[in-house]
Amino acid sequence: MKHLIPEFERLKTRLPPDHDATLMVPCLRRIQQDRGYIDNSDIDGLAAYLGVPRIQVEEVLSFYGMLRREPIGRWHLQVCHNVSCSMRGAERLLDHLKDRLGVQAGETTADGRFTLSTVECLGSCGTAPVVMVNEAYHENLSAADLDALLERLD
Amino acid sequence: MTGRKVLMDFEVTPDSHTLAAYRARGGYQALDKVLSTMQPREVTQEIVDSGLQGRGGAAFPAGRKWQGIDPDDGQPHYLIANADEGEPGTFKDRWVLEYNPHALLESMLLASYALGVRHAFVYIRGEYDIPWRRLDAAVEEAYGEGLFGENILGSGFSCDLFVFRGAGAYVCGEASSLLGSIEGSRAYPRNRPPRMTVRGLYQAPTVVNNVETLATIAWILRNGAEAFRAIGTEKSPGTRLISVSGHIRNPGVYEVELGYSWARFLHQDCGGLLCNKALKAVIPGGISSQVLTGKDAKVLTAEEVECLTLDHEKLRSAGSSLGSGGMIVIAEGTCMVRLLQIMLRFYHHESCGQCTPCREGTGWMHRLIDRIVAGEGRPEDIDTLYHVARYNDGTTICGLGDAAGYAATAMLDNFRDEFEYFIEHGRSKFGGNLECR
Ligand SMILES: Cc1cc2nc3c(=O)[nH]c(=O)nc-3n(C[C@H](O)[C@H](O)[C@H](O)COP(=O)(O)O)c2cc1C
Ligand code: SF4
Ligand code: FES
Repeated sequence: MKHLIPEFERLKTRLPPDHDATLMVPCLRRIQQDRGYIDNSDIDGLAAYLGVPRIQVEEVLSFYGMLRREPIGRWHLQVCHNVSCSMRGAERLLDHLKDRLGVQAGETTADGRFTLSTVECLGSCGTAPVVMVNEAYHENLSAADLDALLERLD
Repeated sequence: MTGRKVLMDFEVTPDSHTLAAYRARGGYQALDKVLSTMQPREVTQEIVDSGLQGRGGAAFPAGRKWQGIDPDDGQPHYLIANADEGEPGTFKDRWVLEYNPHALLESMLLASYALGVRHAFVYIRGEYDIPWRRLDAAVEEAYGEGLFGENILGSGFSCDLFVFRGAGAYVCGEASSLLGSIEGSRAYPRNRPPRMTVRGLYQAPTVVNNVETLATIAWILRNGAEAFRAIGTEKSPGTRLISVSGHIRNPGVYEVELGYSWARFLHQDCGGLLCNKALKAVIPGGISSQVLTGKDAKVLTAEEVECLTLDHEKLRSAGSSLGSGGMIVIAEGTCMVRLLQIMLRFYHHESCGQCTPCREGTGWMHRLIDRIVAGEGRPEDIDTLYHVARYNDGTTICGLGDAAGYAATAMLDNFRDEFEYFIEHGRSKFGGNLECR
C-alpha cells in the first residue's frame, strides 16, 4: 500500500486536522481497489500509517460487507434478494445464475471468472431486479439480459 | 400530478444536475442572501419556523435539532448529510444525489453557516457509484467556483466538505453509528444521552440530517418559511420524496405534497397495480415501518371519502409511519410469510451484535421463520415469534432491534391466518408467491 500514501495525503486537505484515523475506510477501499483484496501486509502498513493498533484495522475490516481479506473472481455478481427485488423476480434470477455458473452464492467459478453473491437492498428497488457487477448496477434485468451480459464479461 | 414541488421543480435534462443549470433556476441565491444579510441564529430560526421534519425516518423537527447547537460556544461543530440510504424499499436520496446534487450542497453550506461548522461530511453508502460520481463532480464544481473552502464569496465564512464512502453495512445509516465509521473504528450505534448535538463526531457537537431534509433547506431560505408552510398540511409542511416499488405499474421516485390522497397516488400517479390485481397491503416507508393491510387498503380502492392521506399524522394514526418514504406495494396473492422471512433474514444479517436482544432475537426469529417456511413449523412458533419480537422493543441501543420486532408483530397481527395455514399444512397458502404473475 506504500505507493498509495501520496494519494492518502491529498485526501487530508478537506478534513479537520488531527483526525487521521478518519482515513481508515477510505484507505481500505482504495487498497482493495488496487489489489483486489486486503492483505496482511496492507493491515500492517495502514496501522503504521494511521498510527492506530493493528487490531483496530482488523475490527473495521471485519465489520463491512464490501471489504475482504481474500481475492475473488474477476467479475463479482451481486444479486439483491431483498423484498422489492424478490417481488420482481430476483429469486428466479439467482437460481438461473447458480445453474448457469454451477456455483452457489458465495462461491467462485473454477476458472476464476465469476464470484456469485447475494446482497441486501441496493437502493434500486424501483428498477428491480438488480445485479451489481463489480461497481456497476444492472437494473430491470431478465434472465435473457443477464445471459447477454455474461457473454460480454471475459 | 402529486401537488406542489420543492425538490423536483424542474425538468430533468442531460445536464440539469450541473452547477450552471442549478444557478439558472435560482440556485445559490439563498447562499448569497444569507451570507450577506443574516446572522447564523436567524437561519436556524427560519428552519424552526418552517416546521421542516426529518426525512430520514423519525420525522424529528430539523430546526429543533439544530437549536441543540450553540454556534458561538467556541467548540468545533460538525454537519453530516446521511446518504447511507439502506432501508429496503428506499431509493429517493439517490434521486437528489443524481439529479439535484447542488440543492444538497447549497443547503449544506447554509446549514454549516447556521451551526458554525467548518468541516462538513456527506456519508454515502459504499455501493452507490453513479450517485457518488454525480455528487463528487458537483463538489468539484462548487470548489472550483469558491463555494467551498476559505472565505466563501468574500464573506469570511469558511467551510470544507468531505465525501465519505461507506463500505456496506446497513447499520451505518443509524446516525450515531456512522460517527464511528468516520472516526475509523467499528460503526457501533451509541447510547443516548448524550445527544449527538452535545457529543457527536470526535466528541464535538454534531448534526446529522438525511439528504432530503438538508436538500430542502435552500428552498426554504430562498422562498421563506411561510411559503414552505403553505405547502403540505398544518402538521406536516412541505413535500416528501416517495420511492415506490413492488407490484406497481410505474415504480420510481415521486415528489408528493404532504396530505395528498393515497388512493389517487397509487391508482392514478403510479398507474395502479401490476396485472390489475387488488391491493393486499402496503409497506409505507421502508420495511422498518409497519405494514398496512387490505383492511386499511380498502380505503384506497373505495370511491367514498379517501381516509388515508400521505402525511405524518394520518399514517401515525393508522399505526404506521411515512418512515423513509420507501413505499412497497403488495398485490393480492402474495405470500406474507415468505416476505417476513426476507425481512427477518435482513435484520439478522445486519444486526451489529452489540445488544443481546437484537443479536440473539433477530437470529432466533430468523431461524423460526426459516423452519416455518421449510414446512416444519410448530403451532407454538407463532407465540414464540411474538414473545421474541416484544423482547426487542425498547431494550436495544438503536432502532434496528425495534424494527425487527415490529416487522414480525405487524405481519403476525395482520396475516395470522397465513402463518397458521403454513404451519398446519406445511406449505404456503399462496404457493410461496412473491411475484405478481
Ligand atoms: C438501523 C437504522 C438505519 C437507518 N438508516 C438511515 C439511512 O440510511 N438514512 C437516513 O437518513 N437515516 C437513517 N436512519 C435514521 C437516522 O438514525 C437519523 O434519524 C436520520 O439520519 C436523521 O436525519 P433526519 O432528522 O433529517 O431525518 C436509520 C436509523 C436506524 C435505526
Ligand atoms: S439494536 Fe441491534 S443493530 Fe442496533 S446497536 Fe443493538 S445490536 Fe446493534
Ligand atoms: S430490494 Fe433490491 S434494490 Fe432494493
